[in-house]
Amino acid sequence: MAEKLMLEVVTPQKAVVSEAVDTVVAPGSEGEFGALKGHTTFLTSLKVGTLRYTDANGKEQHLFVNGGFAEVLPDKVTILAESAERTQDIDVVRAQAAKERAEQRLANRAAGIDLLRAELALRRAIHRLKVAQYGK
Amino acid sequence: MATLKEVKSKISSVKKTKQITSAMKMVATSRLRGCQTNMERFKPYASKFAEVLGSIAGKSGSDVSPLLVPAQEVQKVVVILCTSDRGLCGGFNIHLTDKARKFVQSDLQDKEVSFYCFGKKGRDWVRKSPYTIAAEYLDVVGGKIDFSMASTPGQQLIDSFLMGEVDEVYVIYSEFQSMARQEPLIKQVLPIPSLTEMVEETPTDADGSFLPEHICEPSSDVLLGEMLPKNVFIQIYDALLQTSTSEHAARMRAMENATKACEDMVLELQTIFNKTRQAQITGELMDIVGGAEALKG
Repeated sequence: MAEKLMLEVVTPQKAVVSEAVDTVVAPGSEGEFGALKGHTTFLTSLKVGTLRYTDANGKEQHLFVNGGFAEVLPDKVTILAESAERTQDIDVVRAQAAKERAEQRLANRAAGIDLLRAELALRRAIHRLKVAQYGK
Repeated sequence: MATLKEVKSKISSVKKTKQITSAMKMVATSRLRGCQTNMERFKPYASKFAEVLGSIAGKSGSDVSPLLVPAQEVQKVVVILCTSDRGLCGGFNIHLTDKARKFVQSDLQDKEVSFYCFGKKGRDWVRKSPYTIAAEYLDVVGGKIDFSMASTPGQQLIDSFLMGEVDEVYVIYSEFQSMARQEPLIKQVLPIPSLTEMVEETPTDADGSFLPEHICEPSSDVLLGEMLPKNVFIQIYDALLQTSTSEHAARMRAMENATKACEDMVLELQTIFNKTRQAQITGELMDIVGGAEALKG
């Protein structure tokens, strides 16, 4: 396998991930991108979505990221997210409830509802559930 | 002179007070530890964010975001005042409200000032002052602070700034410098102070070389536009974290001093107690001796 690069995922609450990994695939706002060691310096904003990386043991890991920014350097990837959750940290029940609530809101389209917010909530819930699935 | 009983009850009451203050000190110590870890955990995020922001700020002009443009005539000013909810922490809140009063009276004369209050003590102070409270958030400082506690009011302020309802925003908070030192500070939040300053503040890479230019996606201007509001939230969040930590540190010190004062007082009272008791015994002895003499005669 190729040489490792450092992956750091930091949120205001804590550093979620800090380890040497083989590959990183992140949900950039202009499209998903992958990074290996030696990637050119690159800066992008992130969408709500799933971050994938292959850890030192060659196992694929999944992480939910709630938007933010990514900075890629040749030997290091830093993700600045407002929140990030590992598979085991996700509250499936809550995410499921949030998903149903958001779907209902979008279906009814009642007056005074912030559509954009509902859509964002739905996207968050869907991605949380997706990431949680990998843990099983 | 006080009677023995009086002195005794005073001693026991001071001892009880001492128990309370030393318990409060221990509580403050453990909560301080919690707050400090939160602060430590936030640091990597904040410093990395500043670094990235600085590296793209250098490439962009000052007209990228309306958040950078100062109002032509400053009329309406919002001050975010961070204080604690509870007292018994020495001069902590007084220092903060004093700072606010001086700032408002000297720098913000003739302006329309309103307050966003985090913490009960600051709110109570603003209520007594001629200024208005635009929003109040209790039970935030000193406890567990969620990032949304900073981003929600932050977004509100940004929205009203963009609509021209607010011309300037400042935050007054207590900077945690060390266990023994907490300094009230004023920071400008909006309009965001010029980017060139940020670039200077940007730490260079560990080996001292400046980071290479980034490829940005979307363009650096768009990215900067997205990052600047976040930067506002980060500053508010940082202010809240620092104030919380400072509050516990201040309370710890205040309680430590109170405990010491109690100890001194108990010692003093004990001396009085002993002296009174001695005087009483002497008096009784004199009576007995006097009585015996009388019988003899």
